[in-house]
Amino acid sequence: MGCVHVISLLPLLIIAATSVVVLLAIAVRRNHAAAFGLTLAGLAAGICSTFFTPPNQATQLLLMDRYAFFFMGLLMAASLFIALLSYGYLAAREARREEFYVLLLVATLGAMTLTASSHFTSLFLGIEILSVALYGLIAYLRDRSLPLEAGIKYLVLAGSSSAFLAFGIALVYADLGVLDFATVAQRISSTQSGSALGLLIPGTVLILVGVGFKLALAPFHMWTPDVYEGAPAPVTAFVATVSKGGMFALLLRYFSLSGADRSPRLLLVLSIIAIASMLAGNLLALFSTNIKRILAYSSIAHMGYLLVAAEVSSRLGVGAGAFYLVAYFVMILGALGVVTLLSSGERDADRFEDYRGLFWRRPVLALIFTAMLLSLAGIPLTAGFLAKFYLVAAGADSHAWLLIFVLVVTSTIGLFYYLRVVGVMFHQPASERLVPEPLPRRTPAVSVVLVALSAFLIWFGVFPSPLLRLIQFAIGKIF
Amino acid sequence: MLNDSILSLITFVPTAGAFVVAFLPRRGKVIQWFTLLVTLTTFVLTLHLPAHFNYGQTGFQFEQDRAWITSPNIRYHLGVDGISTWLVVLVGFLSILGVLASWNAISTRTKEFYFLFLIQQTAMLGVFVSLDMFLYYGFWELSLVPMAILIAMFGRNRGPQAAIKFFLYTFIPSALLLVALLWLYSKTGTFDFVETQKFLSQYGALLSPQALWWVSLAFLAAFAVKVPVFPLHGWLADVFSEAPTAMAMVVAGKLGLYSIIRFNLGLFPEQSRQIAPLMIALAAIGVLYGALVALVQDDMKRLIAFSTVGHLSLILLGIFCFTVVGLNGAVYHVINHEFSGAAFLILLGILYERYGTYEMSKYGGLAAKLPRMATLYIITTLSLIGLPILNGFVGEFLILSSSFGVHPGWAIAATVTVILNAGYMLLLIQKVFFGPESHLVASHPHSDIVAREGFALVPAAVLMLVLGVASPYWIRTIDTAVSRLAQNVAHVTSTLTTTIAEKR
Repeated sequence: MGCVHVISLLPLLIIAATSVVVLLAIAVRRNHAAAFGLTLAGLAAGICSTFFTPPNQATQLLLMDRYAFFFMGLLMAASLFIALLSYGYLAAREARREEFYVLLLVATLGAMTLTASSHFTSLFLGIEILSVALYGLIAYLRDRSLPLEAGIKYLVLAGSSSAFLAFGIALVYADLGVLDFATVAQRISSTQSGSALGLLIPGTVLILVGVGFKLALAPFHMWTPDVYEGAPAPVTAFVATVSKGGMFALLLRYFSLSGADRSPRLLLVLSIIAIASMLAGNLLALFSTNIKRILAYSSIAHMGYLLVAAEVSSRLGVGAGAFYLVAYFVMILGALGVVTLLSSGERDADRFEDYRGLFWRRPVLALIFTAMLLSLAGIPLTAGFLAKFYLVAAGADSHAWLLIFVLVVTSTIGLFYYLRVVGVMFHQPASERLVPEPLPRRTPAVSVVLVALSAFLIWFGVFPSPLLRLIQFAIGKIF
Repeated sequence: MLNDSILSLITFVPTAGAFVVAFLPRRGKVIQWFTLLVTLTTFVLTLHLPAHFNYGQTGFQFEQDRAWITSPNIRYHLGVDGISTWLVVLVGFLSILGVLASWNAISTRTKEFYFLFLIQQTAMLGVFVSLDMFLYYGFWELSLVPMAILIAMFGRNRGPQAAIKFFLYTFIPSALLLVALLWLYSKTGTFDFVETQKFLSQYGALLSPQALWWVSLAFLAAFAVKVPVFPLHGWLADVFSEAPTAMAMVVAGKLGLYSIIRFNLGLFPEQSRQIAPLMIALAAIGVLYGALVALVQDDMKRLIAFSTVGHLSLILLGIFCFTVVGLNGAVYHVINHEFSGAAFLILLGILYERYGTYEMSKYGGLAAKLPRMATLYIITTLSLIGLPILNGFVGEFLILSSSFGVHPGWAIAATVTVILNAGYMLLLIQKVFFGPESHLVASHPHSDIVAREGFALVPAAVLMLVLGVASPYWIRTIDTAVSRLAQNVAHVTSTLTTTIAEKR
């Protein structure tokens, strides 16, 4: 491995180094602000590095191309925002706050590894780095029961799904003797004759289970609402965005490698999973009255929409998927950012009651939340609308009419629960005395970022061209 | 120069105004005065269109066509023809009435109200001027959002429920409209209306007729709900009784009817002709149903809601006759009905501000106390009934006379309802303004129409007369677009069309 390879690993190295530096800093002296500052600096440096690092195949495991850099930048930007959110959140709740940032950085590193992996080994490596850090993050508020419960639930389920994944990889290896995506994808899609022992299909299915769990696709979605509800709000945002985003980038890359001639059986399975996710997410959310659970179900549905993009992965499909992922990041981070800001010291603001008449108390926050929810629902002028539009257009391009039909119908069902939340926020309390407990103190930095996210939301919804050009530039290489 | 950008200007002046409103202080009537100024400006700008309208030119005028999004190919293409020109002016005029009607009625949360009100104006204007179907779809969906929020915020009793009902009713078919649009795009490679129309008329025969049929149905369903057409009218009565006057004025009718004329007749003439018998039957049933249900309402807002269903169904009847006369009458009646209906809703709002109820049975003997209001009520009522020399008559007459030539049976049913219309409207006038003075009326102080209300309603009353007498002036504009459309659609009924047109 030459010097060029090391340089092209720069974003990964920066994040890994930052986590070590933060760890050492904690060993010297505990200081929340210092750990926070170091984390921000590391993430910012990582984001900058994606712009000028030369693309390269760094070892057989990691393909550091522009596609990977694009998603790494996105993931690090999301982590940066989550770190900003966590600062105020932790300050009000937890005595030992510094390790949180170490875990955050390590988890981000795992997700970033996923975006660059071109080999099942790096896939497994990335998932494990991500998951192990996430156990800690989810249960970080140790003295509360909900986060602990969520952490254990995630530990058990993620552990078993990793076992599935490892077993699947082993079966595939036993059959083919190779583990890099390009060869495996080609052998799976080419003909049945590629398989010597007949272990390829079972292996693929087991891998799919592991991946499906990570992305919370139906029928592997059971953990999502509990973990979303139990985890501290910033961690929920991390689970919803960085953890899923990295996995999804990998999925898109894998499918783009196998090209147009994909195994029809695999496609059928994926279609069923996508349809089940869209239906399950949107229908279950209808009966929920907890904001975090609603967002959890909504993210199941959104992963279903995204899978449509993976499935039609023509060039159009990958572009649509990437655009959707960016829009999804903006919306979910915005929504959970508002939830974090509204959370009091005792518990997270996840009940409808916390939002009743919010507009009359905190108009700006309520408007931001409304924008995010409307975008999740896919109302025009927001990024969510164009994102869905590109998805449907990509689907129409490859004549996946059934998927499109389900997508459109379920997303209109989805409207109902988003609107219910919006309705609650605009509901005027019967009398002024009904104003509940004093609101948590304001954190200007987060508010500024939230406003910026809303601006992005509208910007991408009205003038998507710059973002589209960037995506075209990024995915140019993988075709 | 101005001709190129006038439509953008008209469409986005309200938006600019809305953002200024967001930063105005909530003191006094600052916001109201400013919104009034914005709507007046918009209205004056819309008058540019008829003033510079080129009667000789078929097709679209005042066009503006810029690249917007390159992939997929979406353009910023605006333009109006004879049909949309007057609808744009109508929106401009109604927005002034809307501000005046809300002047005192909306006393809390004024900033939110006028902000959304102005965004709603932009959305409606955008629907009428967009020639790129993606752009059109954006405005179409956008027009639902402020409406739903305003209904939820300002509903009388069950605002949120009515809002959600409205939203779901209108949004689900709209989503299918998007799929239909994308299907068209995947075949034509363009969202541009004019190009799509050209493509379909040349190569439409090459596409699968079954698929085209479904696509046209998706278009029609989305619009029919918004009109609303008879079995899909479930949302209207709730929305009318919950929405603030300024919103109830614009929620029904013109957007959906215009879209049916523009897209269903414009893009799918063949399919429209096939479905016409069904639509005409539904329209005739709607006319009858609206009138009959209105007859037994005690809540005056619900009464006017069902009367609206009746009138809109009549317009639908005119549209699906596919004659030049019928279409002229339909477009003209859209303008007139929106206009008189709005005036009537404002009058109801005024009554509600004074007495706090819409229940007819609580009123009685108002005419002696409030003579000026009674006069305005009666003029508007007569216009809604369709009394000759007032505006309502022209459209009704054109629609009914043309439908007799095409579907006499349904036309007779629709004509009979004219009597029912007169029945329930006059009954309303009689109950509210005549007879013995009721307890409610006696126990309240009397204040007749004040200057602000007069400023909205007297010009409206004068216009009702002018629109009734000088109809050829407007119809001349509408005719330029409609005659071409009718030729496209109805070569079957062409003989009839020419004979009636000659008579006129």
